[in-house]
Amino acid sequence: MPEAATSFDVREVSDGTRVIDIKGDITAASEEVLMDAYGRASQPGVRAIVLNFSGLDYMNSGGIGLLVTLLVRAQRQRQQVLAHGLSDHYRQIFELTRLDEAVGIHDNEDDALAAAGASR
Amino acid sequence: MTSENVEPPVVEEKEAARDATNWAKSVSRLNVGEVPEGAININVEGKRLTSPIQGFGKMWQKTYQVRLPAERVSATDLIATWKQRFPDFWPEGNHFYGSLTGIEPGEVALLNMTLPGHMKLSTGVMVLYADEESFTLMTPQGHLFAGWITFSALEREGETVAQAQVLMRASDPIFELGLALGGHSQEDRFWNQTLTRLAAHFDHEADVDTKVVCVDKKRQWSKWRNVWHSSAIRSTIYTLGAPGRALKRLFRRDRAVA
Repeated sequence: MPEAATSFDVREVSDGTRVIDIKGDITAASEEVLMDAYGRASQPGVRAIVLNFSGLDYMNSGGIGLLVTLLVRAQRQRQQVLAHGLSDHYRQIFELTRLDEAVGIHDNEDDALAAAGASR
Repeated sequence: MTSENVEPPVVEEKEAARDATNWAKSVSRLNVGEVPEGAININVEGKRLTSPIQGFGKMWQKTYQVRLPAERVSATDLIATWKQRFPDFWPEGNHFYGSLTGIEPGEVALLNMTLPGHMKLSTGVMVLYADEESFTLMTPQGHLFAGWITFSALEREGETVAQAQVLMRASDPIFELGLALGGHSQEDRFWNQTLTRLAAHFDHEADVDTKVVCVDKKRQWSKWRNVWHSSAIRSTIYTLGAPGRALKRLFRRDRAVA
């Protein structure tokens, strides 16, 4: 998989909340860039990480595995993980893999931020 | 029409379709369908799938790799063979009852395995994902572990690297104890033998590299109730009930003759 097709930008939306904008593919090859983005997002005092999937092109099972690993790291830091921008297809994948039981899925960023207790 | 009125969802749908056929369709509970001869289906029908999130024990990522000369087989040919002949590469005493067509997304396969002490375990897996370079099997409730195994291959520096990667938590306290008491070593042996057999299929002899990472040392005590679904307990009860079932069959046959 072409790793260059992927980027994960981090946005600070409030003191305790960061958004990771996912663009491109998430596969096993994305591990370094995704964990680097999480490292940048997970500053002291951050209580919620919002994953913005609206720029996601493609994700395979290796990518789902990475999200589980990210979730574990976030739980260790007592951070909430939320998601928005998932297409119907990837929402179904989250349900199938039961990732939706640990990641709060929302229709848009405003809803996700409200659930995280953050305001712009 | 101005550019502001152009609707982007068409692009989104097209992109989503890029991998739609590679994933299993969403299911709430597993349906085995026809049970192949010799297979035991006592711990799969009606069960839910479990990711590492639903498991009990510590979370592990185990990676097993074997390297073959790239001129012997390409990554895509290796995966095609692995999918087609998946059961053939399993160590003796363990059976994978999949479909005759090989590994396909959504397919449910039954597993009859031999654990230490010659204990027989009946469980299963569902094919979560399959493409030309990889495929993933996900476990149901009651399996030894909650999680998935991804089989993949890639070409790097003149070699084709075949890999099995397990992301798992023991499903319940009994399996967690079992893993600590030799289960981890047995699993390592299992995948080492599998990859050795796979390499041998391509007339290559190679050592298997093993890398084990504990992703989360914490046990999820809230999941201890998973023991209710334990395939170890259910398989043992099934084995102990074999004489009773044989008698019942005998009586039924006698009654039919009379």
